[in-house]
Amino acid sequence: MTTKTKVMPTRQTVEATPMPRALQLLTIVTLVGFCFTLALGLFVAGTDIQQGEIQRIFYIHMPSFFGAFTAFGLTVVGGILYLWRKNEQWDRIAGAGVEVGLAFALINLVTGAIWARPIWNTWWTWDPRLTSAAIMALTYAAYLMLRAGIEDEARKRTFMSVYGIFAFTSVLVTLFIIRVVPETIHPVIVGASPQNAQGSFEATSGVVMALVPSLLLWLTLMPITLIWHRSRIEGRLEAVNRLKLQILSE
Amino acid sequence: MKTPFRTAVLAIVSKDLRAEIRSRELLSVMAIFAFLCILVFSFALELDRVAREEAISGVLWVTLVFASLLGFNRSLAQEGDQGNLDAMLLAPVSRPAIFLGKLLSNYLFTLIVALVILPLMTVIYNSNLLKGWLIVTTLLGVFGFSAIGTLLAMLTLHTRSREAMLPIAMLPVALPLLLTAVRATTNILNDNPAREWLVWLQLLAAVTVIYLTLCWLLSGFVLEE
Repeated sequence: MTTKTKVMPTRQTVEATPMPRALQLLTIVTLVGFCFTLALGLFVAGTDIQQGEIQRIFYIHMPSFFGAFTAFGLTVVGGILYLWRKNEQWDRIAGAGVEVGLAFALINLVTGAIWARPIWNTWWTWDPRLTSAAIMALTYAAYLMLRAGIEDEARKRTFMSVYGIFAFTSVLVTLFIIRVVPETIHPVIVGASPQNAQGSFEATSGVVMALVPSLLLWLTLMPITLIWHRSRIEGRLEAVNRLKLQILSE
Repeated sequence: MKTPFRTAVLAIVSKDLRAEIRSRELLSVMAIFAFLCILVFSFALELDRVAREEAISGVLWVTLVFASLLGFNRSLAQEGDQGNLDAMLLAPVSRPAIFLGKLLSNYLFTLIVALVILPLMTVIYNSNLLKGWLIVTTLLGVFGFSAIGTLLAMLTLHTRSREAMLPIAMLPVALPLLLTAVRATTNILNDNPAREWLVWLQLLAAVTVIYLTLCWLLSGFVLEE
């Protein structure tokens, strides 16, 4: 009988990369900014005379759409740069952009439904803008499904860059449909509302004062911080997978 | 030496046409599906005559999109399964030429189906769909669908469940085309004055041109390996 000697694997680890200073700082600023804008919307801004407290949801509802806009926009930028430079880093940013943007788009849809229940007396209606916003979310859900469905890594990166660029048309449609299709009941706060809009309110100085900081935060810091975190995690995951393959092939 | 662009495109189109004439695989499936689709809608909307008349343009475009989805899937799957795509990629032909060749043959097949179902719907839905501007709208809209459909079918060709993936990938992207085409068609059907629907037709043309440009630029990346 031969005794099996157990071969101890040599200890290999993925080299730890500490969180960059800039990202730490960005995370803290974003968190503080989020609490600050939330406080502005909840406590500082005056209560709407007609709609009451529910109007405050607007300070999250509209900014979250623009957060999704930035995130999906970064997906386009990442996609173009990946196709041009073939650097995996750009594809990671593009993929992270879709995940973050989809989360924001869902926040946008849910807050909208909560607001619509008392104001329009329904959670959901097939209004052009609501429909296009839902389809925008579905487009990016399709992106994630496609991404999971392609096995070859290089091919996946290239194809998803292409689809990420295409999918952005759904964002543009949602943004502009309110100006093109007249029969929407969705109010426009900046500029004139459509004639049959229901639940409009005036952008008084109080509203603007609470909206602008929140909008700026969701437009810039929120998506950038989250995408940075997400693409960093993705990079770590890929490093771990590479190491796994390397150990298995030894 | 590279084959001249036009020669390559024409060769691909004529290859597809010849294969189709011999097998009749694509057109028969698309036409039968479109026919069934129209019948099913007709029964589903039977109860309400007014609803049926108002839904005609929707039925027309939904039928066209679904039939074209079937066609694009089959047409690219044939290329992939029989190894012809690899052969075309090996040949000294520019990538956009392959894309344009497939686009044109897909467009041709979908257009034939569209031109068959227009008179058919005129009969079944008792409403004249054979108007000049409506045919222009159909020509434009189908071209837009063919452009994104061909590119996305090339893209989903390598995914795990490609038959299910193409509709999921294409329908949201096709929405701007669908929206403008349905608006234009409804207005033309109701004999509304041109100033009411010309803007939709122009929008449809603009979206088609934008999509065609995007597909053209991106086809080189999709057809890489």
